[in-house]
Amino acid sequence: MNVVQILFFILSALAIFGSIMVLLSKNPVHSVLWLITVFFAISGHYILLNAQFLAIVNLIVYAGAIMVLFLFVIMLMNLNADAEPRKHLWMKLAGIISGGCFLMVLVSLIRQTTELTGKTALMKEGNIGLIKNLGKALFNDYVVPFEISSVLFLSAMVGAVVIGKKD
Amino acid sequence: MPIQYYIYFCLTLFSIGVIGVLTRRNAIIVFMCIELMLNAVNLLLVAFSKMHHGAALASNAATTAGIDGQLFVFFIMVVAAAEVSVGLAIIVMMYRNTHSVDINFLNRLKN
Repeated sequence: MNVVQILFFILSALAIFGSIMVLLSKNPVHSVLWLITVFFAISGHYILLNAQFLAIVNLIVYAGAIMVLFLFVIMLMNLNADAEPRKHLWMKLAGIISGGCFLMVLVSLIRQTTELTGKTALMKEGNIGLIKNLGKALFNDYVVPFEISSVLFLSAMVGAVVIGKKD
Repeated sequence: MPIQYYIYFCLTLFSIGVIGVLTRRNAIIVFMCIELMLNAVNLLLVAFSKMHHGAALASNAATTAGIDGQLFVFFIMVVAAAEVSVGLAIIVMMYRNTHSVDINFLNRLKN
């Protein structure tokens, strides 16, 4: 068991624990903070896979921008913990059981596949995750989707302003 | 690292997100669970990309096979950022109208 495997299991345990705590927290601010923990763990996974550009972008975009936006909205609304409506116990139980059945079906499906046996993900090697190669591929093969995504951002910005405006 | 470990880990994260969407009623928490599911899919895409790259690297040392997966992850992040901005604007508007973030107020999409 080398360092990479130990780091993999530590980061996986941290991410799963954080995502469970996102669900269990009563206070939405605590949920946001646990979700930031999950995003940091996933960025650690990206670094283990030598996808350095995605690790940094994940930290900047998700843990930086999006989570600050969530915190801003929560603090704007002044939500406190006991104001949140509770679902019925039966509805919660039904949700947990259906989600668990979903997980069980997919895990048993993966266990039965023979195509995946012996396949490994390349750890801490390979240079396709570096910013040079990603930039070359992005601006050679994916120029049109890149430009379309800028138009998408513009329309999202206009839409957010129009929706969020008073009356 | 065997690819199955990554698949099990990402499936667990995705299922936790599904359970959160099904069990919570706060619209912001539901939205955060959707982000969690998106991130699970992103991590699995990167793991598959590295798996493909590792298989192609054995025959050709200068290959860039598997780089499309990482670009897909990049575009998913772009779309997720746009989605979050519009979705939070919708939640703010809903809070302004109903003074609550309970998603059960939205079951008729009217009033």
